[in-house]
Formats: sequence, structure tokens, C-alpha cells
Amino acid sequence: MTIITAIPPPEAPRGGLGGKASPRSGEIPGGSPPRGWQPLRFVGRALRTLWSNRKARSGMIILGLIIVVAVFAPLLAPHSPTATTFAPYKGPSGTNLLGTTGNGQDVFSQLIYGSRVSLIVGLVAGAAATFVAVTIGLIAGYRPGVVDEVLGFVTNLALVIPAIPLMIILAAYLQSRSVWTIVLVVAFTSWATGARVIRSQTSTLRTREFVTSAVFSGERLLRVVFREILPNMTSLVAASFFAAATAAVLAEASLEFLGLGNPATVSWGTILYAAQQQNALLTGQWLMVLAPGLAIVLLMVSFALINFGVDALSNPRLREK
Amino acid sequence: MRYVLRKVGLFIITLWAAITLNFLLPRLMPGSPVDAALGKLASAGVPITNAERNAIEIQLGVPHASLFTQYWDYLKNIVTLRFGTSYSFPTQTVAQTVGKALPWTLVLVGVTTIVAFIIGTLLGVYAGWHRGRAADTSITVGATFFGAFPPFWLGLLLLYVAAFKYGWFPIKGGYSPGTSPSWSPSFLSDALQHSVLPAVTLAVTTLSGWVFGMRNNMINTLGEDYITFAEANGLRGRTVALLYAARNALLPNVTAFGLILGAVVGGSVLVEGVYSYPGVGGLLFTAVTNHDFPLMQALFLVITLSMLVAIFVVDLLYVRLDPRVRSAA
Repeated sequence: MTIITAIPPPEAPRGGLGGKASPRSGEIPGGSPPRGWQPLRFVGRALRTLWSNRKARSGMIILGLIIVVAVFAPLLAPHSPTATTFAPYKGPSGTNLLGTTGNGQDVFSQLIYGSRVSLIVGLVAGAAATFVAVTIGLIAGYRPGVVDEVLGFVTNLALVIPAIPLMIILAAYLQSRSVWTIVLVVAFTSWATGARVIRSQTSTLRTREFVTSAVFSGERLLRVVFREILPNMTSLVAASFFAAATAAVLAEASLEFLGLGNPATVSWGTILYAAQQQNALLTGQWLMVLAPGLAIVLLMVSFALINFGVDALSNPRLREK
Repeated sequence: MRYVLRKVGLFIITLWAAITLNFLLPRLMPGSPVDAALGKLASAGVPITNAERNAIEIQLGVPHASLFTQYWDYLKNIVTLRFGTSYSFPTQTVAQTVGKALPWTLVLVGVTTIVAFIIGTLLGVYAGWHRGRAADTSITVGATFFGAFPPFWLGLLLLYVAAFKYGWFPIKGGYSPGTSPSWSPSFLSDALQHSVLPAVTLAVTTLSGWVFGMRNNMINTLGEDYITFAEANGLRGRTVALLYAARNALLPNVTAFGLILGAVVGGSVLVEGVYSYPGVGGLLFTAVTNHDFPLMQALFLVITLSMLVAIFVVDLLYVRLDPRVRSAA
């Protein structure tokens, strides 16, 4: 077994490879710094590594800009996104940069406020889907046998059932029209890819010496899984988070475009829905379709670009030279 | 052979699981889809016979029967294609409605998938071979962008520019109004013209999956010793790229087929809706807007089963493609 594991896989454990792993072998070798500092330092280092990747850097800049717009929406938006104070169906003008909706709302202000919903849905649904993926992946990978077979089958089933139709059906039945319904639906449908990757990584790590020695030194199961195994697949977890977040942004826009969201929420998807309802393209208000769509594309591209950097972290062959 | 048997077994179990999921979904949901469905039917002016009510209840949930009898009736109705009546199309059964739409989507999604596979794979090979250079960067960044386009949004834009503004292609539908589907050359060319925009939309938005998969596989394959050996032997670059690297990088990409097909099918729902295409996706769009639960339920089943069959066929093809799978069996 030593021979098989002698060559570290792309993502080698950073702590104690080579059998001498102490239970404390975490991210930082040599000494145990105060607990509270570890995650911060870890995040800082991950960000620095990502920043050194050109694609990931562009992604982080785009995402940063969108976050700034979302946080400072009240300062940036020239009008209220919901007030029906303007003449309806107006084309672009100085006061209404992107025209107005059929209810006389300013589309540009809606675009600015809409970033909040897309960001929140993307991040929360991405986190929820990742949580499911990590849980199922860790359990299946660490418990070979019946548990693994059953979870593996469920994962494969979730992979082959077409996600968008399933989301549409679920959202149509769950008649509550809130953003959280969409988050729930997305979390329920986009965890499978991540779970599969995390499962296979867990099952290769399970037999490595540093895990075995942690088990033999009497560590509890949860500690072995979360402190010894999980830190060694941070990049896989991050990758599945960004993939799920991308899917979530697209899903939210699609469901709202279909009219399965709440038309009263201001989001990029509902602007597109309103545009479609009022035949904006045929009446020459094409900016009302172009702008929110571009915003969605930018947000998804920023996630995808960051993921390039994350991929390069876990697979040295993909690194830029 | 063991591989094939295992795949057949898995296919049957997955099929059963999907059919059962379709049975459970409406029953787990809050509210009563049956009442909603019957109410809609009544307001559409359709006389509800007992048989009708029965079929809808079996599909969406019988109030009083045990879950087991419901399940048994549901399975019987699936085998005999009884899905009740939809209120979007009250004059025909759901099976007829779906049956008419299915060929449109099969052709659209099938052709699009094949075209996207060929173009995307070639781009991926090219990008992987020239990794780190300008060509690679522009292909990956370009694919990232197009891959992030919501299919329905690109559909709307193309519809506006290519159909509405310049009139290069017809605006909506699968064929010109007034004609009826037949195998005549004039109808086929008419249908072809109508399918160009939806197909381009779907192909462009799903291309990236193939590009990235192929590029990453290429890069991994290029790190193998046999590539270095081939290069050291002085083989021409193109020979190494296509006959040594791409051939081996292609195989893992075939297994990604199911995932990408899922994206195409999902995209087709919205794109067909945007173009009022007469396929399954367009129907689902209509069904959702009308809260047409019987139709929705039947469509979800048909979409899922078609996907399972397609993935199963690819799995079997994989045996032909990969000698390792054959000899391991």
C-alpha cells in the first residue's frame, strides 16, 4: 500500500503526508495557532493563489463589481425600482436610461436592484447544493458497501434526470412564489455532480496513511472526516460551489422568465419576464431584453472564470505556465 | 459482456426509479393538483366523464385509495399510454398531444447535440493542443461567455435580429401556418428554415461543455509518456495531436454525454417556448403557463425516459469504442 500511495495525487495533503501525521496536522505545519485565525489565514492564502491566475482574477474583479452594485444599489439607482411614477412603455431616455416597464417603472433602477436577488440566489443556492454534495459525497466515500452503493445510485439518478424540466415541475407544484422556493428547488436539483467528485476523492483519501493513523489514534469519526479528509479537498468543494452557483443563477432566471417566480420581486429574471409579457422586442424596447441578460451572463461568467483558477489549484496540469 | 449486463440492469432500475419519482412528485406536493386539474377542465368546457376523472386521479393522486393500489393503477396506465386529458388541448388525449410533439424535439435536440459535439470537440482539441497560447485563451474565454448565455435569452436576441429585424428566418413555429406536416420536399425545407434559429441557439449555448471537457482531457493526455515518446520519435505535430492525443482524450468526453444532453434538453424547453416550436419543450412551456398538470406530468415522464434511453445507447456504444471496457468484462 505504501508503494501505491507513494506518489501524491495532484492534491496532496498539506499536513502530514508520510505517516507521521499528528491529530493536529491541519493546514499550517509546525505549531498550532489560535483556532480562530486558521480559517482566516486559509481563506487569505486561497484568495492569493486565485488572484495569481489571470482568468480567476478577472472573474474576481467582475464579481466584486457586481457585489458593490448590489450593496450600494440605493445609492446607485437613480429611481425607485418599484415606484410606478413614469409613463409606461417608454423607450430609453435621459431620465430612464433603459426605458420603462408597462407599469411605468424605471428599468435601469430595476437592473441595479436586480443584482441583489441574483447574487443571493446564486450564493445561497450554491452553498446549499454544495452542502448536500459534501454530505453525500463524504458519507458515500467514507462508508463503502451498501451505503455507498445506495448513495451512488441516488447520485447517478439525480445526474440523469434533466434538471431544468424537474425544476420547472417542482416550481409549478410548489405554488409559493418566493425566491426561497427557487433556492430550495435549485439546491435539490444541482448537487449531484459535486457529490460524485467528492465521493471519489474521499474514497481515495480514506485509505491514506494520515487518515489511518488518525483513526488508530482514536479520533472520533466526525473529526476524521471533517478535520483530516475535508481540508484536503477544499478546491473540489469550491469548484462544486461555483458550478452550483452558476447553475442557480441560470435556473433562477429561467424559472422567473417562465413566470414561475414572484413578479413583484425585482430581479433580472423578472425584468425579462416583464419584457416578454409586453412584447418588448417587437415594440423596439430591445434594451430591456439585452441589459438584464447581459447582467446574468456577466455574473455567470465571473463564477466560471473563478472556477478556472480553482481547477488549476487541484490539477497542476491545467495551470498556466 | 458483464459490463453490458450491468448497464442493462442499471438502466432498468433507473427507469423504474424515474417512473416512480414521476408518481411521487404530485403526491408529495402541497395542495391538490387533482382538484386544480379537474377545475381547469371544467372551466375549459370539457365534459368530465368518470373515465376521465379516473385517469387524472391515477396520475396525480386518488384521494381515498391506498398508495399501493394507486401505484399499481399508475403503472398500468403508463403501459397503456392513458394520461388523461389536458386542458390546453381538450380535443385530444395527452398521449396524442405528446406523440405529435415528440418527433420535432427528437430531431431538433438530436441534430443539435451531434453538431455541437463535433464543433465543440474540435475546438477543445485545438485549444488543448495550443494550451496557454492566444488561440487557447480566446477559445476558452469565448466558450465561457457563450456557455453563460441563458438559452432563452440568446433565443430572444436571435429572434429579434435574424427574424424580426432582417427577416432572414421565420419568426415562430415549426412550419408555416396553412401547411400541414408531410414528407414533401417543400414542407421539409420549410421546416428546416424554421428550425435553424432554435438549433443555433441550443448549439451555441451547449457548445462549451464539449469544449472544456475535451480541452482538459487533451491537456491531461498530453502529459502522458506515450505522447512524449511520439514527439521524440519525430512524428508530425498534427499526427500526434489527432491520432495519439485526441483519440484517447475523446473517450472520457463520451461519458460526459449524459450531462451535456441534460443541458440541451433543459435548454430546449425554454428555447422551444420562445420560438413557439411544436416540440415537447414548447408543450411543457404551454403546460406550465396553463398550470396543466396532467400534460406536465406526462411530458416530464417522456423527457426523462427519452434521456435515459439516449444515455443507455451511448453507454452501449462506449463498449464498442473502448477496448479496455470490453477486455475487462
